[in-house]
Amino acid sequence: MSAKVTFNSDRCKGCELCTTVCPKHIVAIDTTVINRKGYHPATVTDISQCIACASCAKICPDSIITVEKF
Amino acid sequence: MAIVYEKSKGLTDAELHYCPGCHHGIIHKLVAESLVELGLLDEAIGVCPVGCSVFAFNYFSCDMQEAAHGRAPAVATGIKRTHPTQAVFTYQGDGDLASIGAAEIVHAAMRGEKFTTIFVNNAIYGMTGGQMAPTTLIGQRATTCQSGRTVEQAGMPIRMAELLSTLDGCVYAERVCVTDIANINKAKRAIKKAFEKQMNREGFTFIEVLSTCPTNWGMTPLKANAWLKENMAAYYPLGVIKDSSAEVK
Repeated sequence: MSAKVTFNSDRCKGCELCTTVCPKHIVAIDTTVINRKGYHPATVTDISQCIACASCAKICPDSIITVEKF
Repeated sequence: MAIVYEKSKGLTDAELHYCPGCHHGIIHKLVAESLVELGLLDEAIGVCPVGCSVFAFNYFSCDMQEAAHGRAPAVATGIKRTHPTQAVFTYQGDGDLASIGAAEIVHAAMRGEKFTTIFVNNAIYGMTGGQMAPTTLIGQRATTCQSGRTVEQAGMPIRMAELLSTLDGCVYAERVCVTDIANINKAKRAIKKAFEKQMNREGFTFIEVLSTCPTNWGMTPLKANAWLKENMAAYYPLGVIKDSSAEVK
């Protein structure tokens, strides 16, 4: 199984809640990027480890994360 | 390829104005997802409060009505009585519901009005700049109690779910939080159960959601989450406060 996690990064507010719930610890804040709102957005560091549990998407207050598996 | 999770159709595409890490966004989508999954979205009518969630009508894709400060239960009463077959909910904060609107919520519950109230308790006035609310904890600092709330000056914080559960018209009251996935799942089950009971015309249903206010608490979202679990959940116990159908059994 492989997974795809899409972030609507321009709407991310960098709250980091998604980074606390990932069982694989692969969701992190990307400090090399500043988005349209002026925040460092969240990203997935190693998509090969993703199990598509969608925990990050469920806790995202701004509903900017879409999770797919195939 | 299968979509495992995407933004709920119960929410519009509008960008939320809430601060980073604010739980309003999570609670909004749990309500929206519940309405979609129960097939109630198309006919649902929500009533917005005054407070941080005053613009909630921009975010839900069902019909919404704005109410005067604290008067959402009175407006919802009128809506539900004229549209008895449609799901009606109020979405209110603690300043709106437990302070200026205390009379309206108590009397709506007393009358057993058949709508659902989603009560977001973040223990502070958010929109107006962090003043002490009736739900502010003892020792918690706010702009109007800068050394922390004291019992002598302001009394003990009000537990709305317990208060309303003493009224026969209130058939279901549960307190939940959304700090982690397990609690988010519990909160969603509680919200769905409340809507189901409403549609069964059992009576007034009340879900209190403990929420963070990182900005006015002066904490990062992650510290605020930890503070909620350690302090708020200790004073405001999580779980089912009242379930009339369980009592009957």
